Amino acid sequence: MNKRVHEPGRRFGNAVLWLLLAAVAVLWAVPILWSLAVSLRPENVPISVGSAWWGGGLTLSNFQRAWESVPFASYYVNTIFVVVGILALQLVTVTLGAYAFARMKFPLRDFLFVIFLLQLMVPAEALVVANFNTIRVLHLIDTRWGIIVPYAASAFGTFLLRQTFKQVPQDLEDAAFIDGCGPLKTLWLVFVPLARPTLVAYGLVTVSYHWNNFFWPLIITNRDEVRPLTVGLARFTQMSETGADWALIAAGTLIVVLPLLAVFLIFQKQFVDSFLRSGIK
Amino acid sequence: MPDIAKNVGRPGRKAPRISWGPYLLLAPALVVLLVFTLWPMVKLGYASLFQIDTAHQQPVFVGLHNYVLFFQDPVGRLSLTNTLVFAVATVVPSVILALFFAVQLNKAIPARGALRAAIFYPTVLPLVSAATIWLFLYDSNNGIINKAMQMLHLPVQDWLGNPHTALGALVVMTIWKDAGYFMIFYLAGLQNMPGDVYEAADLDGASPWVAFWRITFPLLMPTTLFVTIIAAVASFKVVDPIFVMTAGGPNNATNMLLYHIYESQFSYSDTGMAATVSVVLLLILLAIAIFNYAYVDKRVHYD
Repeated sequence: MNKRVHEPGRRFGNAVLWLLLAAVAVLWAVPILWSLAVSLRPENVPISVGSAWWGGGLTLSNFQRAWESVPFASYYVNTIFVVVGILALQLVTVTLGAYAFARMKFPLRDFLFVIFLLQLMVPAEALVVANFNTIRVLHLIDTRWGIIVPYAASAFGTFLLRQTFKQVPQDLEDAAFIDGCGPLKTLWLVFVPLARPTLVAYGLVTVSYHWNNFFWPLIITNRDEVRPLTVGLARFTQMSETGADWALIAAGTLIVVLPLLAVFLIFQKQFVDSFLRSGIK
Repeated sequence: MPDIAKNVGRPGRKAPRISWGPYLLLAPALVVLLVFTLWPMVKLGYASLFQIDTAHQQPVFVGLHNYVLFFQDPVGRLSLTNTLVFAVATVVPSVILALFFAVQLNKAIPARGALRAAIFYPTVLPLVSAATIWLFLYDSNNGIINKAMQMLHLPVQDWLGNPHTALGALVVMTIWKDAGYFMIFYLAGLQNMPGDVYEAADLDGASPWVAFWRITFPLLMPTTLFVTIIAAVASFKVVDPIFVMTAGGPNNATNMLLYHIYESQFSYSDTGMAATVSVVLLLILLAIAIFNYAYVDKRVHYD
């Protein structure tokens, strides 16, 4: 009985909530749609709401101008180099470390664990001043390796993988040992294949974190030859030539953003799953 | 007898000895952590006790004087209060919005996929490019926000150039950027809700509003704590949009801790002060982390 009494009011309430959600979603979509509209405007046509949204004479020339004004191709190469470098190093250090923590007992284990925990608690951003000095001493300023090296290890990845390794049945490990596998071979043949979903999820999270990282590469790089996309884009928007040329800036921003949005739309589910699985960053 | 039985079970096993194996496995990660996490913390703590700048050839030991200076300096204090204001002003609305989005998108509603994509896509963008986009949304002449203000006959603003609105402008951009990200944690939490509780509530005639506050919200409390923690940490180390949108201005209205560290070191070569502010930021972040592990982690298990 109660249910029927509530029915019309409930339907009305749901409709209001849906409208509210849809209104927010439209607001949320405005920035990217506006960027698209602005980027497609011819150079010297003043922007006004009507013409920017519906105006004729759309053009891709802003994208061409943006592409020619800073070396976006080189920024892309640098970002990919840095991201792949960090991912490769992390996968090695994280896998080795996680195996030790998950499967071995040894003196000082808890102490070493705390050192790892510290990195989890202290974001690298707060340490930039000191790390900048270290990179200078290592003669890695203004190099892509200078961006990579401090991130070669990840406490977060180590703990995540340790959790997965702990669930591997002892029998499998014993079987590998009886078959004459050493620890490294066991790790490679038994543990790594079983941890693939975790490794993929962690990989996606770390790639997206470092693809988007800005502050550290900004400090480390001074030349376009080594700048990643994020730093290149910030420099691009601040160049005197770009000034208030919003069509140009919008086009440059979209050169950075559109490939990411395309990848996201294709792999939406994996992205969301990975962020959830790893739960941070 | 027991001894013999033990040995039979383990043929060929030698007496236990210290094995280097685990240390070798941990060595690569450990070297990186020692050089780039532990050592910098020690070094920053130490450097914060010295006056190190271009005026002094040798560092001068000043004890805790840098900390006194930091809290006396209007810019230093402002960078701290701005960070705190920014943290509260971004975390609370984005967590509430995230919860609202998740509860709505968890239902079978029309256009669900499109609405979810519209709300989640900012998460995928690098913060720098999000800031760039908002830079021209906020533009005082051609920005869409002022166009909208004009259409509504409201006064236009130089949003990023006005000390009263600049910090708020960064807050709005950050909420837009992050709410969709926090939403996915709530969506995951909602997937694990016990359905029968809602059926019971429905049979008892509880309205959705009551069911939300009596059932959903309390059951999502661990998610709320978790999301609040990651949101707080993210907001304390915000810096990217400051570079793109305001350079800390106008008049330091958007200067925050990490940007202040950057300026002290790279604009004023005041290494002692940069280290001091770094330690202040470190202490805040450590406090959040310790609160997290001591209190929140006992209730939330995401592994």
